[in-house]
Amino acid sequence: MSKMSKVVVPEMPPLEREMIALRIANMLEDGSYVNLGIGIPTLVSNWIEGRDVIIQSEIGILKCGPLAEEGEQDQDRINASCQFIHELPGSSYFNVETSFAMIRGGRMDVAVLGALQVSAKGDLAGWNNPARGLGKTGNIGGSMDLAVGAVKLIVAMEHFTPAGEFKILDECAYPLTAKGCVDVIVTNYAMIEVTPKGLLLKEAIPGVTPEDVQKMTAARLVVADDFHEMEL
Amino acid sequence: MDKSYTSVESAIEDIQDGAVIAFGSFFTAGKPTALTQALAKKGVKNLTVVVQQVGTGNEEMLELVTNGQIKKAICNYPFPRSASKGAQHHFEQEVRKGKIKLEIYPIGTFVEKLRCAGAGIPAFYTPVGAGTVVAEGKEVRVFNGVENLMELALPVDYAFVHAWKGDREGNLIYRYTSQNYNNAMAMAGKVTIAEVEILVEVGELDPNCVHTPGIFVKRVVQTGRPEFYQVSV
Repeated sequence: MSKMSKVVVPEMPPLEREMIALRIANMLEDGSYVNLGIGIPTLVSNWIEGRDVIIQSEIGILKCGPLAEEGEQDQDRINASCQFIHELPGSSYFNVETSFAMIRGGRMDVAVLGALQVSAKGDLAGWNNPARGLGKTGNIGGSMDLAVGAVKLIVAMEHFTPAGEFKILDECAYPLTAKGCVDVIVTNYAMIEVTPKGLLLKEAIPGVTPEDVQKMTAARLVVADDFHEMEL
Repeated sequence: MDKSYTSVESAIEDIQDGAVIAFGSFFTAGKPTALTQALAKKGVKNLTVVVQQVGTGNEEMLELVTNGQIKKAICNYPFPRSASKGAQHHFEQEVRKGKIKLEIYPIGTFVEKLRCAGAGIPAFYTPVGAGTVVAEGKEVRVFNGVENLMELALPVDYAFVHAWKGDREGNLIYRYTSQNYNNAMAMAGKVTIAEVEILVEVGELDPNCVHTPGIFVKRVVQTGRPEFYQVSV
């Protein structure tokens, strides 16, 4: 299958981005420390209010609260996406070296990141889209640290590109964020686990069959014994 | 000991062409605005700047770009997030044209290079970046079955940091998320210059609350609270 091959899209409309985030929020265990990347991952925070899940923002805050409205904004209190935030009871602030000691030291139970491409072996490509033409430079930010350091890495992304190109491939064509780091992929059509035996299709949204998901996925999928409809 | 200066101009007076300068700030938080503006006015050239990003949330840095003062930038999130904004962005244009050399690192490596420089550690190993373009040209060593890259410490001639409060001996306290890189940069600087919103007398800071001890700070200058502003990155 060539890189330019296009996906076959099922008739069933895909999940909205907020619903991808909800599926991931439901995966998070109480008592876990979680870092959310830019894009769909950020939306996960909309679904954890009242839950015992602590959000870290790598700029240097634990128990990062909701976004701050006008009038409550303080320019010294922002998240890693430069948005004004609230703190919560029990929040703490720290410097970036401490923040990345948490991430690299294996304290982050879960990181949720977006992706441009994911491979069958769990390689992640997310920091450099060659179409932008920046060569080997670009915005790495904290993505490589999170991909390597987080205990569990969940990728949140649309199943294929707006141009209809595959994003789940045998090998990533784009520059890697890290090798073999992805544990779970949640898309607008399916939930897939990365296992030593390959990509295990665990769930698909209602009205979408494993065959449908395979037609949108360049890498071969193994259908899990307990495959079922995604519940939200 | 009194390390206080009466103006940002006098605090940066000895900076020469070719200096390596680190700038605190994670986007808009904790950025040494007044020192950066003074550096632009001073006009020294061939600078190497060490900073998270150039001009995204720290627009003062763009003046250094416009003035042609930067030879090289060492960053971790150098460009605007969106490709279309990036195409319009003066720093990105200069990098694309090869006028400014750019070196990039993952954030954890970037900050550890600074921390190590301050702690007398010449190099360290990390698995972050192994198997990626970040690994190119670097020594790889396997520990516990995992590939690691050797990364070198990054000492800087000057570090510009921004703190909320500082005393005349250079003890610094930051507010909320404006700590970010300021402490590691203060440690890495041969000459660290702190601009503070409020300068107090020795003894007026609660010693329990000092983030950066004065030993890492050579000069301190009161610049007041920067104007509130908002950007989308």
